[in-house]
Amino acid sequence: MSLDLTVIWAFVIAFAVLVYVVLDGFDLGLGMLFAVEGDNEDRDIMMNSVAPVWDGNETWLVLGGGGLFAAFPLAYALILPALYVPIIVMLLALIFRGVAFEFRWRTQRWRPVWDLAFIGGSTIATLAQGIALGGLLQGITIDKAARSYAGGWWDWLTPFSITVGVALTIGYMLLGATWLVMKTNGPLQTRMRNRAWFLGLGTVAFIGIISLWTPFLQDGYYSRWIGGWNILLAIVVAGAVLLIAYGMFRTLQVREHDYWPFVLALAMFTLSFVGLGISMFPYIVPVEVTIWEAAAPENSQVFMLVGATFLIPVILAYTVYSYWVFRGKIHPGEGYH
Amino acid sequence: MFEFTDAVLLARIQFAFTVSFHFLFPAFTIGLASFLAVLNGLWLWTKDSKYLDLFRYWIKIFALAFAMGVVSGIVMSYQFGTNWSVFSDRAGPVIGGPMAYEVLSAFFLEAGFLGIMLFGRERVGPTLHMIACMAVAAGTAASAFWILSVNSWMHTPAGFEIDPETGQFLPTDFWQVIFNPSFPYRLAHTVTAAYLTTAFVVGGVAALHLLKGRARNAKVSPATRTMFSMAMWMATVFAPVQVFLGDLHGLNTLEHQPVKVMAMEGHFKSYPGGAPLYLFGIPNQDEQRLDYAVGIPKLSSLILKHELNAPLAGLDTVPRDEQPPVAIVFWSFRIMVAIGFGMLGIGLWSLWARMRGRLYDHPLLHRAALLMTPSGLIAVLAGWFTTEVGRQPYTIYGYLRTSDSAAPLDAAAVGASLVAFVIVYFAVFGAGTYYILRLMGRPPMQSEPSVAEEMDSPIRTAGITPAQQLTMKSNRNRISGD
Ligand code: HDD
Ligand code: HEM
Ligand code: HEM
Repeated sequence: MSLDLTVIWAFVIAFAVLVYVVLDGFDLGLGMLFAVEGDNEDRDIMMNSVAPVWDGNETWLVLGGGGLFAAFPLAYALILPALYVPIIVMLLALIFRGVAFEFRWRTQRWRPVWDLAFIGGSTIATLAQGIALGGLLQGITIDKAARSYAGGWWDWLTPFSITVGVALTIGYMLLGATWLVMKTNGPLQTRMRNRAWFLGLGTVAFIGIISLWTPFLQDGYYSRWIGGWNILLAIVVAGAVLLIAYGMFRTLQVREHDYWPFVLALAMFTLSFVGLGISMFPYIVPVEVTIWEAAAPENSQVFMLVGATFLIPVILAYTVYSYWVFRGKIHPGEGYH
Repeated sequence: MFEFTDAVLLARIQFAFTVSFHFLFPAFTIGLASFLAVLNGLWLWTKDSKYLDLFRYWIKIFALAFAMGVVSGIVMSYQFGTNWSVFSDRAGPVIGGPMAYEVLSAFFLEAGFLGIMLFGRERVGPTLHMIACMAVAAGTAASAFWILSVNSWMHTPAGFEIDPETGQFLPTDFWQVIFNPSFPYRLAHTVTAAYLTTAFVVGGVAALHLLKGRARNAKVSPATRTMFSMAMWMATVFAPVQVFLGDLHGLNTLEHQPVKVMAMEGHFKSYPGGAPLYLFGIPNQDEQRLDYAVGIPKLSSLILKHELNAPLAGLDTVPRDEQPPVAIVFWSFRIMVAIGFGMLGIGLWSLWARMRGRLYDHPLLHRAALLMTPSGLIAVLAGWFTTEVGRQPYTIYGYLRTSDSAAPLDAAAVGASLVAFVIVYFAVFGAGTYYILRLMGRPPMQSEPSVAEEMDSPIRTAGITPAQQLTMKSNRNRISGD
């Protein structure tokens, strides 16, 4: 029984992280695209397209972290000190980015500064998230008997983690660009279509690089993906990614298909995330600690599951509602009212 | 070993710094969210436009403070793991649950409806907009409920057992965990503190504009008067409640954490025949005595035991390595209590002025209210310092020491992050505070523009300052409204 609950909780946390990645992914990506959209009015439109929802998007990050703390306290206690630098940097970057949403409307003279904070914060937060993910995937040094992290504070810094960081920036920008294709009109939208094209190519390339690299990081990954019949699984996943990418490139060229590129970009992220899950499962700290070793006791899991079963659907419902309220294109000067 | 202790000290400073900053925002937004819901309700009910103007005036300030509360809060939730990993591993099974409930029942609620509250009035209609305002207010209250439950559990742990193998705290009864002995007191006292904090900020801003209007001999708008009146009602009602709750809280603390009360009172010695209440003194922990003490004999026994001659034990019964740093606890407690009585005074004074019909025509009262603008924020920090420092040397009182809670980090790593936090917080939150003060510096206008209207791009053509825009807009509105 306790086995099942642990798996359920692993799925709940994974779900929270996935929702975070796709939702905050597009608004972080949009923040990075600010850098190439210098025009003030375009920037207003871009920011207005996420102003009512960004806070909700970011709350999934709190659920991912808080859920990990609650359901897998040992993993939380091992991973966060190991990734101290990227995590702290991410938190600081998110501060700059989050306040920019409010501050840029409050000043004329300092607006460029807060725009820069928005761009810089979004970029650095994304890099840090990717690097943290890479740092976790490549494995961390722990002292299992002492239940504590046993490495240094720069261990996370490797070519692999940097590559994942860069990959994530490209991927988030793709999400941001396709979001804007959906939410805007006119020249801004046209530019975003073009950008999404290149970003899509970049994303597919990086997915390829990372997928080929991962099996060689640790033996466990190798046998999972390449040993035996699993190679078939790998081929299926890769094929699906390519198919989705093809659909995205097609729909990017068709005028009427404003929302398909975004939907397909989301699908691409989801699929990569599933691939990641296959690499890691059942480890939560690869390849040292399994989800069962890190799990909170059964009564804690039950206590939280009661609430989660009821509240997560409610949250999803009002999140969808909020997106529905602010649906449609943003027209210049119309804002939301 | 020395280096490790260093890292712990730095981590403590970092935690205290970041949480103190964080709490300043909730202390203000919890009350303001409720205030906004009330204003919106009054607007819908009475259709008196002054309430809509006030709503629109304060919601801009709310949006700024709320954003800063969110970003500083995200830092807190990760800091448990980055800096206090041993604590997280041990206590996670117990407090992780309530904290997860906080995310699910509070943070999502606030964040999910904030967008509608800020921008959605025209899109969803008045009823749903009102519901969104209430959802945000309910979210802030739910957040206070869960996080204070967790914090209280660390002061008065209950409903758990310790796993001999892993050292983890395992929950045996979640009801006892959540409703641990100090929780009801801490919740009531802290939420009341948040309401008072907001009341004094709102009252101070109103007082400023009453005084400015008087200086210019201009008529003060009904909106400004209304907010002064509302704020003073809050002070009149809640300041006495808060003093009463504080007293109850202290009695509860005496039962569960007597050492903390000894530090608050400056009782280095035991008093078998009735303890004095020290009004002043300089705690000298090295010598274990209170220098230059000025006290009222037996009053402390009367307050704490309701009997003049009741014996009270002092810090001489507590080993040195179990004592908290007395000076911080002693002083921060006095600051909080002094402010509490100051608030009580303002509440009574305003009631007296109100009954004589001079509430809006009493410059001395307005000056005092202006002076008290930040008093809630100061009292709240002082209260937390009393509570948290008084718990030392433990994080989980009686079970887990602070020095055993920290993550295995290099002092250099923690030192660097601490410096980064200090710089970023002062720069970013300093700027935010400046924007808030600037908004407060002008009075609520008739036909105050909404947030959405201010975010309208074409109106903000280059070269026009926001202030000019606002007058332009309000003129335009007024013309079209006439
Ligand atoms: C008594 C109230 C109270 C206290 C003691 C704390 N907070 Fe807080 N917190 C709030 C009341 C609050 C709030 C009113 O609910 C905030 C303020 C602004 C906001 O968005 O919600 C908030 C925001 C907030 C957020 C952002 C939520 C979001 O994404 O919307 C996080 C992650 C935390 N807090 C976490 C913490 C942690 C880990 C604390 C302890 C160390 C803590 N808070 C103390
Ligand atoms: C929001 C208002 C709060 C303030 C202003 C505050 C203040 C402080 C201060 C000043 C310290 C340092 C004590 C010392 O080093 O002597 C501290 C420590 C600590 N507090 Fe709080 N606290 C607050 C809320 C909380 C809450 C809600 C929690 C738990 C959920 C919490 C958990 C801790 C922990 C784990 C420490 C350990 C570090 C230490 O003891 O030094 N605090 N806090
Ligand atoms: C005469 C009035 C007051 C008394 C007697 C009083 C008493 C207390 C006591 C004894 C504590 C520590 C409890 C513990 O650590 O176990 C405390 C904490 C605190 N006080 Fe007060 N207080 C008063 C006024 C105020 C005011 C006016 C505010 C703010 C507006 C305030 C805000 C706080 C806060 C935020 C805490 C920390 C959280 C908590 O433990 O509740 N207090 N107070």
